[in-house]
Amino acid sequence: MNIMNLINAMPGAVAQGLIWGIMAIGVYITFRVLDIADLTVDGTLCTGGAVCIMMMQSGQNVWVSMGVALAAGMLAGMVTGLLHTFMGIPAILAGILTQLGLYSVNLKIMGKANQAINVDKFDLLVSLRYIKGVPFYKNTILLVAVQIVLLIVVLYWFFGTELGCSLRATGCNDKMARAQGINTDFNRVLGLMISNGLVALSGALLGQYQGFADVNMGRGAIVIGLAAVIIGEAVFGKVFRNFGFRLLAVALGSIIYYFVLQIVIWLGIDTDLLKLLSAAVVAVFLAIPTWKSRYFSKPVNKGGA
Amino acid sequence: MLEIMNVSKTFNPGTVNEKQALKNISLTLKDGDFVTVIGGNGAGKSTMLNAIAGVWPVDQGHILIDGQDITKLPEYKRAAFLGRVFQDPMNGTAATMGIEENLALALRRGQSRTLRAGIKSSEREVYQRLLSTLGLGLEDRLTSKVGLLSGGQRQALTLLMATLKKPKLLLLDEHTAALDPKTAAKVLETTEMIVNRDKLTTLMITHNMKDAIVHGNRLIMMMDGHIILDIRGEEKKSLTVEDLLHKFEEVSGEEFASDKAILG
Repeated sequence: MNIMNLINAMPGAVAQGLIWGIMAIGVYITFRVLDIADLTVDGTLCTGGAVCIMMMQSGQNVWVSMGVALAAGMLAGMVTGLLHTFMGIPAILAGILTQLGLYSVNLKIMGKANQAINVDKFDLLVSLRYIKGVPFYKNTILLVAVQIVLLIVVLYWFFGTELGCSLRATGCNDKMARAQGINTDFNRVLGLMISNGLVALSGALLGQYQGFADVNMGRGAIVIGLAAVIIGEAVFGKVFRNFGFRLLAVALGSIIYYFVLQIVIWLGIDTDLLKLLSAAVVAVFLAIPTWKSRYFSKPVNKGGA
Repeated sequence: MLEIMNVSKTFNPGTVNEKQALKNISLTLKDGDFVTVIGGNGAGKSTMLNAIAGVWPVDQGHILIDGQDITKLPEYKRAAFLGRVFQDPMNGTAATMGIEENLALALRRGQSRTLRAGIKSSEREVYQRLLSTLGLGLEDRLTSKVGLLSGGQRQALTLLMATLKKPKLLLLDEHTAALDPKTAAKVLETTEMIVNRDKLTTLMITHNMKDAIVHGNRLIMMMDGHIILDIRGEEKKSLTVEDLLHKFEEVSGEEFASDKAILG
């Protein structure tokens, strides 16, 4: 257990945490703003990676490839949204159906289970090779950080518009939203599209970063996204009240998650157990609000003042 | 202004839970009518309001507002004509959003939601002025989350939201039933103030016969999916609770059973 090994691994953890942070912001939009646990994302992450890698392999510009990946993610979100609203399927099940369908779609996009892209032959935006020893404007950590800040600015603006406010109202109280003339079905589809677009963008960056897209790369992504959301809220919830800062907290939560993951790996835990560990940690954190109200709530003052 | 023509609604048709909630109901309201609706549990009062609001499609009949047939319009489109306050104070507002954000949502009822700013700074003055008419001190708490307000405050705010953009018809579904008597009286007073000020056509369900008599220019009583009493004009003005109970017995042939409706 050489401490230098851990320190050397940290920049990589930051880069991965940031890339997954975009994904976690997408999860935040469905889980916290729309109040839907959207399982589509496990499939969408791979779709984003697959589309980006395949397009770049065929000679497309990296930005174009990432843009199309984002659009593909939005399309997947729209499918879940329509399954949920137009076809009346419960949100969780709608997400699972899309996710399962996407497994085949992702295989067809890539033609096989795994597609690699060589950092020396293609002009990648981010890569695990671009963390140390590259000019700062090529540094992956900086580039992803800038993208996250830009995304947060755009999302902060959007959720302050009439449409964005109506979307927040939909997630908070859809009965009230409809009474105020808000098309809640449309808003749910829109929210799922934005969320899955972000997740696919994250997948596109992740594919470039690790140098390949794999049909299993999104497995359990929802849990990592939720972990980032929960960690971000637990650590920064008291300080960050503003919506924009809350999104930032989610991205920071994702970095903390990868820090902790690195430490656990460094401690020598069997890496096969990592997903079990993640699931257990998220389960405990999700239970905290219930436990708090059930076992630690202050007794109600009976008999009035 | 409001025309309900032969509307029927059956819930869970073909099952053991089948419930014919509205049986061929017809009702016409004139502009500026303030109609109170009473009746026991399961009489169809809320069902009638929900039919107007479009919470679900009706089985048959038509609903017209100002001559426009809204029977087939989805709930969110009908909202352009309707202001609604629900029984549960939690239902009318978005708890995680601020007071001014809730009001801004209500101000845009009936408009398409664009990418313009969700709330303009010029609106805040209007909100402050209107909130001060409630006398609850909410005008100084524009950015407070609505979830922090009491039930009475939330109901008063919902009332303001329902009438911020003048509705063609105001639907009040027992909006004071969940409040303590003092708060209920205050919210009812606010209701009367706003309805009179804006000359709103109003349908108000209440469990309280006295309230039903004191407020409004017309009273209807429902039972078992029918409108069984319709009292208006001078007759309504001189009405007492005893009169109402007598009339109820005459029409229905049974005694009015609900203590809650009498004592309210």
